[in-house]
Amino acid sequence: MLLIKGDGLVKSVQFKNHKYVGDPINAVKIFNDKEVDELAILDISASAKGKGPDIKKISEIASEAFMPVSYGGGITTLDEAKTVLANGIEKVVLNKSAHERPELITQIANAFGAQSVVVSIDVKKTMWGKYKVYIENGTKNSGLDPVEFAKQCEKNGAGEILLNSIERDGTYKGYDLDLLKMVGNAVNIPIVACGGAGSLEDFRAAVKEGKASAVSAGSMFVFQRPHNAVLISYPTQKQLVEQIYSQV
Amino acid sequence: MIVNYGVGNLASIFNMLKKIGVPAVIGNTQQQVRDASKIILPGIGHFDYCMQELKKSDFYDTLHEKVLNEKVPVLGICVGSQMLMETSEEGNEAGLGWIKGKVKKFQKDELPSDHKIPHMSWSDVHPKGNQPLYEGIDQPRFYFVHSYYIDPADGADVTATADYGRPFTASVGHGHIQGVQFHPEKSHRFGMQLYSNFAQRF
Repeated sequence: MLLIKGDGLVKSVQFKNHKYVGDPINAVKIFNDKEVDELAILDISASAKGKGPDIKKISEIASEAFMPVSYGGGITTLDEAKTVLANGIEKVVLNKSAHERPELITQIANAFGAQSVVVSIDVKKTMWGKYKVYIENGTKNSGLDPVEFAKQCEKNGAGEILLNSIERDGTYKGYDLDLLKMVGNAVNIPIVACGGAGSLEDFRAAVKEGKASAVSAGSMFVFQRPHNAVLISYPTQKQLVEQIYSQV
Repeated sequence: MIVNYGVGNLASIFNMLKKIGVPAVIGNTQQQVRDASKIILPGIGHFDYCMQELKKSDFYDTLHEKVLNEKVPVLGICVGSQMLMETSEEGNEAGLGWIKGKVKKFQKDELPSDHKIPHMSWSDVHPKGNQPLYEGIDQPRFYFVHSYYIDPADGADVTATADYGRPFTASVGHGHIQGVQFHPEKSHRFGMQLYSNFAQRF
């Protein structure tokens, strides 16, 4: 999971304190060499600035990415989705648009198949401990319940849900397994766990206990602890097989 | 030549061929099809839509002629591999029929409950015997996105299988006509080797 802000790659903690981690193309090249399974690239400045997706940048990134890539950020029309998909991207990720124009999910699913449209749902607990869907990079409570919203997105044609825990983001505390289970039990489409990964054990737990179809991580793959120096890493296939695939 | 009939992730295939140094063009004219020494047929989305778009193109007949008469090697990717077959459960359009058999849908009740449809993940691929397409690929793993799978009438046309709660055909081949259900262009080194095999061994 890579976040783009402006021209650079950044990584957040709880959706705040974005730290610059490098150049996107360079990072993609490194992830290629490390044979990463999939990349999700979210441009967190595109929507905020009200501009559409930066096709030139997306196409440049895609031309170096020999793995499946999802892109999200600023997509508000079917035409924009079409252009993104035509430029070497497999899936488009909708966040704000999934709220503002849910019909776009359906349009993209009808035109390119449900597998090409992912809805990313950012979730945070309110002061009263209730899970709520947040929008605008986690700054605004939509008032929606993540389970109901996920069901709605599935009904609209979403092929996948990227379920992000804002509180766990960048903390290495492990995924929010309750949240994963709750949403996963309510829908039939795959849930990708996001937010909080610190170890392979967290991956295993998300799949085994949280029933996630897949897991994603940001900080864990771009930082080296304890000092969070930028160092891109990725587990080997052998590690993944031994510590996750054979255990779930 | 990568056939451009308005469908499919042409850019990804082109990028990978470029990366491995195989000269390629993305083409949509009769002349380009005529000039092609090898053909890649991409496809994504609905079977009927892909077939309709391909049939609309003015190179449709030329494509048949190249593959069936001139025996120019062709590689179908994803829905492109399904299009090589005669029919699909996804729709009513006839396929190209270059390989006998059909395309079937994964049924929910035949898969374990945690196996969602579409099958969207990396999976181990098991080539049958010595397949030139898989030459030099150790423990092949490829990226799949599909709800339907190819089911050739003749078991001898199955070139590899994979498992998704149950075994299914991952690729088909009948001489110079080859098709892979997965996306080699999104399967880094495995895909690079596969495309390079298609370029060199067919």
